[in-house]
Amino acid sequence: MGDAAVPVWLSESEHRTVAALLDVLIPPDGPGPGAGQAGGSDYVDGLLGAFTFDPPHIWAGGPFSGRHGGEGRFDRWINLGALEELAWRIRIEGSRGLPEREFNGPVVGWQERYRDGLAALGADFADLDPDAQTARLATTDKAFRALAFTHACESLYGDPVYGGNRNGVAWVAIGFDGDVQPRGWTDEEVEAP
Amino acid sequence: MTELDADAVIVGSGPSGATAADLLTAHGWSVIILEKGANHLLELDAPYGPLGHSANDELKSVHRHLLGPDPLVEPRTFRRAESDGDHLLVGHVNSLPSTVGGAGFHADGKLPRFREDDFRLRSTFGPFEGADVVDWPVAYEDLEPYYAETERLVGVAGEETNPFAAWRSGPFPMPPGPDMYGAVLSMAAGERAGLHPYRCPSGVNSVPYDGRPACNNCGFCGQYGCPIEAKGDPVAMLRRALRTGRCQIRPESYVVAITTEADGRHATGVRYLDASRVEHEVRGGHVILAAGAFETPRLLLRQDVGNSSGLVGRNLMYHFQTLSVGAFPMRLHAMRGRCVTGAHDDHIVGDQASAAAARQAGLPWIRGGLVEHGGANQPVREAQIYGPGPHHGAAMRDSSLSDRLWVFTMQGEDLAQPINRIDLDPTVRDAFGFPAGRVTYTPHRHELVASAHVAPILEAVLRDAGAEWSVTSTSPPIHGEGDVSPLGMAPASYHIMGTTRMGADPARSVVSPEGRLWDIANVLVVDSSVFPTSAGYNPTLTIMALAARTTRLLLGEPLPATTPHRMSGAQE
Repeated sequence: MGDAAVPVWLSESEHRTVAALLDVLIPPDGPGPGAGQAGGSDYVDGLLGAFTFDPPHIWAGGPFSGRHGGEGRFDRWINLGALEELAWRIRIEGSRGLPEREFNGPVVGWQERYRDGLAALGADFADLDPDAQTARLATTDKAFRALAFTHACESLYGDPVYGGNRNGVAWVAIGFDGDVQPRGWTDEEVEAP
Repeated sequence: MTELDADAVIVGSGPSGATAADLLTAHGWSVIILEKGANHLLELDAPYGPLGHSANDELKSVHRHLLGPDPLVEPRTFRRAESDGDHLLVGHVNSLPSTVGGAGFHADGKLPRFREDDFRLRSTFGPFEGADVVDWPVAYEDLEPYYAETERLVGVAGEETNPFAAWRSGPFPMPPGPDMYGAVLSMAAGERAGLHPYRCPSGVNSVPYDGRPACNNCGFCGQYGCPIEAKGDPVAMLRRALRTGRCQIRPESYVVAITTEADGRHATGVRYLDASRVEHEVRGGHVILAAGAFETPRLLLRQDVGNSSGLVGRNLMYHFQTLSVGAFPMRLHAMRGRCVTGAHDDHIVGDQASAAAARQAGLPWIRGGLVEHGGANQPVREAQIYGPGPHHGAAMRDSSLSDRLWVFTMQGEDLAQPINRIDLDPTVRDAFGFPAGRVTYTPHRHELVASAHVAPILEAVLRDAGAEWSVTSTSPPIHGEGDVSPLGMAPASYHIMGTTRMGADPARSVVSPEGRLWDIANVLVVDSSVFPTSAGYNPTLTIMALAARTTRLLLGEPLPATTPHRMSGAQE
């Protein structure tokens, strides 16, 4: 992931819009990358298109990434049980009128919320200057902005295997070491200033 | 007599169910464990190795519900009181993991014992208006052998330096692990303030133990499964049970009913739905409920079983959490090591000042709780705190609201009130179509007075330790301040207790002192539902010790009485 692959769920145009949107929410700042720059639209695309893959790209594998020793297995995604799959399909795809998904009423999924939210931003959003982007974003649905900000944070500071935080660039910027297994820390590194 | 599928059917695979399974299978019984969550813990075929699902991955562990329950398919609801209407919140309400291993899987394993007084609250301190304060039908000395046994089963690291600790029949199985840097500062400041900090007993290996390695301080501890199995609860017990060949674990098995003989007085087993929602029945000589203090009463209430006292679901207790936070000029790197390494108990024991605070408030007494000395959180959660905008990158680099914070969390004793309860929500359902469990909860004034008394003490210690400023919030938020707690309106505590209380009088309790439902003697409850009081201590070790005692009484093999191995408490 993270090598600007063809989007699996977003259109090329939407993919550009998401990158711009995430850069407005968490902009580039000195050593820190913007959430979109760091690959955030791949993160959102991977999440909205998680069920394109088998196992779905919901939970990365383990126990180690391979960056600090051991065999890297984060890209061996974990199978979902029946109830787990139901939850994530409702969350991503929405309830779609299916009785087994509407035990508490209809649910609008993230795919639809993104499609509507990105349409409201307009196909030219990525081409606007930052002030104009901020102004237009302020006119859109507050709940969509909150969802996108949550995903901006997840993409930028989550593990790179999920598509954002390319090569751990955001972790480097904030001095966070990310996963450290199986190396860990020595007792001295825990106790000392 | 119909043939049995197992000597015992256990509902739930968390710390209490795992303890029961371990001891039953060791004594030759066969058990089937039904767990509604999925299995992310260990192979269910020999040699029962790790599945490798646990990792240093904040997204799947904290934000994507790996260990469940997913609030979309298993919602809970919350209201403070009936005056709030059907519910105020729907979704995640202190939802303990629903997964093979239960809440033991994600916990960072703080495993203190309760003190002698905690088992005799009523007779030591007296009644409390508006609360149902009682003694336990079990004394500390009854439970000590089982505390010692479960400390060995799990592997607990600790040291005998806490002057307020109850007596012990032997040393801790392991020495304590290293102190977090922040705890080095806060424990020293605590001592300067006349408090008595100590290294909190922990179910995390400090040395290799029971075939599992020592913790390597990775820092992804609370809310994470351990990638190297340095945490023993509950994988140690479940694996040992599986290795006997007499234990089956059936994940994704949702128990819908306890089955009984026609007279309703004898259980024959349970009915459950498998992952494909096909219904099965398993027949067992005993049914052991280990689903936790939320799901156990929910199951009983759905069937109206075991409830001749009318107390199932009532006397719900959490710990009232007082969170005093200090902001330090330097970084504390709390992402190294366990989540909490230091603690102090002074506010449980009390002193002249706390007695005066109680008198001033017109209360007979107040009791606080264990104070955890711990650090702050991880970058995705931290990023959400700062909000969107151009300031974001600089805020993350400075980390003023995460890596420069040190947190005292007091697990304050919560008095039992019959009006606080779990029941069935009238409208919200889970994915199986069953009513969601609903929490109705408001803290007693006792908790608020105790918290208000202790918070300034904690903040002064933090400032003496080097904090430039300090602030206190509580969970749940104190009534009148609305829903302004950063942890939300509902209690954030995962310590849930009391909803099928244990007692000697069938009219005033749900479960006998031997852990059996008064109404159906071969149904036992081994989880924290049975706690008559909450004490001010993290409950897991007491849950396991009580489960061990109930299990051994069922086996007819109680442990012999114990005696102190040395004078290990200044108070006794």
